[in-house]
Amino acid sequence: MKKIQAVNDFVVKFANVNGSGSASANTLFAKSIMRMGVPVSPRNIFPSNIQGLPTWYEVRVSEKGWLGRRGGADLMVAMNPQTWEKDVVEIEPGGYLFYDSSKPLPSDKFRADVTVLGMPLTEICNATYTDARQRQLFKNIIYVGALAALLEIDIAEVEKLIGEQYKGKEKLLEPNIRALHMGRDYARAHLPCPLGITVRRSDRVGDRIFIEGNNATALGAVYGGATVCAWYPITPSSSVAEAFGRHCRKFRTDPATGRNNVAIVQTEDELASIGMVIGAAWNGARAFTATSGPGVSLMTEFIGLAYFAEIPAVIVNVQRAGPSTGMPTRTQQADILSCAYASHGDTKHVLLFPEDAREAFHLTADALDLADRLQTPVFVMTDLDIGMNERLCEPLAWDDSRAYDRGKVLTHDDLEAGKRFGRYLDVDDDGITYRTYPGTHPKRGSFFTRGTSRDRYARYTEEGSAYVDNMQRLLRKFETAKLYVPEPVVKDSPRTAHHAVIYYGSTACAMDEALAELEAEGIALDALRVRAFPFQDSVIEFVNAHDHVFVVEQNRDGQLRTLLVNEGAIDPSRLSSVLHYDGTPITARFIRQEIEERLSAFNVRPIRRTAAAGE
Amino acid sequence: MTYLAKPKLHHPDLPANALGFTRRDYEGTISTLCAGCGHDSISAAIIQACWELAIEPHKVAKLSGIGCSSKTPTYFLDKSHGFNSVHGRMPSVLTGANLANRDLIYLGVSGDGDSASIGLGQFAHAMRRGVNMTYIVENNGVYGLTKGQFSATADRGSKSKRGAVNTDEGIDLAILALQLGATYVGRSFSGDKAQLVPLIKGALTHPGAAFIDVVSPCVAFNNHEGSTRSYDYVRNHNEAVNRLDVITVHREITTDYPPGSVQEVTQHDGSVLRLRKLADDYDSSSRISAMSYVQSRYAHGEIVTGLLYVEPDATDLHASLNTTEVPLNQLSEKELCPGSAALEKFNASLR
Repeated sequence: MKKIQAVNDFVVKFANVNGSGSASANTLFAKSIMRMGVPVSPRNIFPSNIQGLPTWYEVRVSEKGWLGRRGGADLMVAMNPQTWEKDVVEIEPGGYLFYDSSKPLPSDKFRADVTVLGMPLTEICNATYTDARQRQLFKNIIYVGALAALLEIDIAEVEKLIGEQYKGKEKLLEPNIRALHMGRDYARAHLPCPLGITVRRSDRVGDRIFIEGNNATALGAVYGGATVCAWYPITPSSSVAEAFGRHCRKFRTDPATGRNNVAIVQTEDELASIGMVIGAAWNGARAFTATSGPGVSLMTEFIGLAYFAEIPAVIVNVQRAGPSTGMPTRTQQADILSCAYASHGDTKHVLLFPEDAREAFHLTADALDLADRLQTPVFVMTDLDIGMNERLCEPLAWDDSRAYDRGKVLTHDDLEAGKRFGRYLDVDDDGITYRTYPGTHPKRGSFFTRGTSRDRYARYTEEGSAYVDNMQRLLRKFETAKLYVPEPVVKDSPRTAHHAVIYYGSTACAMDEALAELEAEGIALDALRVRAFPFQDSVIEFVNAHDHVFVVEQNRDGQLRTLLVNEGAIDPSRLSSVLHYDGTPITARFIRQEIEERLSAFNVRPIRRTAAAGE
Repeated sequence: MTYLAKPKLHHPDLPANALGFTRRDYEGTISTLCAGCGHDSISAAIIQACWELAIEPHKVAKLSGIGCSSKTPTYFLDKSHGFNSVHGRMPSVLTGANLANRDLIYLGVSGDGDSASIGLGQFAHAMRRGVNMTYIVENNGVYGLTKGQFSATADRGSKSKRGAVNTDEGIDLAILALQLGATYVGRSFSGDKAQLVPLIKGALTHPGAAFIDVVSPCVAFNNHEGSTRSYDYVRNHNEAVNRLDVITVHREITTDYPPGSVQEVTQHDGSVLRLRKLADDYDSSSRISAMSYVQSRYAHGEIVTGLLYVEPDATDLHASLNTTEVPLNQLSEKELCPGSAALEKFNASLR
């Protein structure tokens, strides 16, 4: 048997039982590798359950810094008998299987092409601890100790991390360190340390940070000046509002009075969440909600009101697999169309597509500016993969000279000076009209906000021409939005490429890797990462400049492709979909294989291979 | 007739309030509701209440849902910002607005379909959160704009104009408001301005969730024999438990009342609610006995009106959330943005 040999380039997968306390031990494992300067990318694969169902934690170790999911596992830490069969199958040939050998298993439960590493974890714990919960929790730390020995992880880094975790709780520190050492010592004495896969200290992490997308999104809302947050619990978005609350306790408590410079309300449902956001924004506060697909479905009537009455609203949609309840704890990008055109009647909404936690921070702060500038709902479209996994990303940055863009608002002095006010009167020809906050001026600037048709002075009307005038202005405003939303990111191949790929959001990390692999194979592809809807003209021009464009998405129906065809008046045959939607994050392997196959069907041969044939 | 334009000129002898405003300064555009609609009387009562309290019109935000009642905010206070939102969702929009600026006075106008049918959930949660607002339901037991269907407050056994009998139990929003923690609960009749105006004044000065259920007959679809929301029925079954005076500047009681018949409640802002008892055994300081009284009289077919309950030490959602005194919509980057140095620290904690 040829064992897998790799330094800083492998995947470890932990198969655990939900609620067994494995999450913090597994994070400790991932972070200790990161502290050795080696990029890691962990992913939680968990059920919609609190206790008892299977859960996995997949850690990709990549010296090259690829952060997408690779697929397969080189080392399986199989701690869940429920999923044993499936977990064993998933190991790459020549890989390793670490398991709790307290209870003997028949030989047909194993694979001949896999190195089996048995450690009697339960036995060790039962012998060492009397308390049932301790036996469970320390078992996790013990296996981290064993893995450190097997993979040559610097135990000092693990100790340091435990020290940071239990700072001020020294009573807990010592037994954790003891458990860690117990695992390490057992592995050294009884298992073939080190394995063919090892970690070697490197310098590839740099000053990057390790952060969950939802946490970064929440901080973006703090920096962007949100003062009202109304939300209803829904996986995978709840931790956005919860993190916002934590950040606000730190950053939004007035030091002098102890009072809060923020209002956070957990509402009775998503209708109330968006209603409060709209009410607050109408009244001049920056407001947001965080939700997922089912929540957006409930909000759509209100979203139409905000579009038509022109009220700012920021909606963070941490997408999950639909339709209906779908797979609540699995990732997808399947709400593109439902958000772009949310609500009845002719509506279009601004969407932003962050690729990772860092961009989620920036685009959430930007969304608050955009919503005020454009006086319309703005969606921040993340997903479970970004939101609920810790990801290595560039440090967050803030320009202290940045002022909030509150958009076109007439002040008391403007009104006093006699500035002409028509709530829906387009004086600058950009489709955006001036508004006033309630209570601004005793005599001027009041108006009636409504979801019914109105004239330029906000007076109710069912006059066809006034209605059309207003609807056309809203289209003009949507054109204006193109000037404000983030530009796409273009990565041109070093060679002339006739084919191209368009992608967005959490697909980016897998795409980066797939592009590098395809390039190495001699396949020239230009790439464009869409960051916003409405699409700038440059997105449509990019499509038109290539013979054929692949649109890579994590949904069944190719929703962004539909949007491109529809909004860019693109010939559908010029765009084909590469779709991954089983609820797991898309991988570079998948993208590469799909594109290779499609290109070979087009009869496109890699340039390098052609050159080699000619030699 | 409501469709006739009102003359633009003010009568020179119209009385002015402490701000120098006449009642005309609190009016809105001409009502487009049916002639004789109870809702127009409520609009008039709101105008009267705001004028008497000398509220600055632009300091009021008036919000509503959808339906005949929800149209009325255009017919009063045209110097106020108004928001005609979506059906049954006024409470959430108003809550958000209130969070953004605690300094304005929030007036929510809704109907029985808007609040008891489609919007029952939002009504309930606004009450239990203690949003500082005046919540008026213009209750006619019927859908007017869609021509005469029963709403959820229609009494069981009452008859529609076409003769259909309502078989569902009616919802009493005042009872619900009491149960859900509203700190000021009243009921009145659109035809009794003397009772309604002070009730609205008390609600506007109340520093918490104030709810008033106003029975307001629909002349087009629910004013017939067999209806329990007709002018005749309500006049014959209206059982007022007290009379309220709202006194913004406290004066001694000069009129002679029998002992125990007058109750005074001093609110946070110093205003005094002076209650003259009409029913000897009615206690408006007890939530539980209020509920019991109202329901036992309902069992006898009577509609109990008046100030049903008031909690003098009411607080609101802002107190629960411990929000700053400065309206949130007035905070700037300085208070809101932690800046790059804090971000550097945050980054460092994630390495």
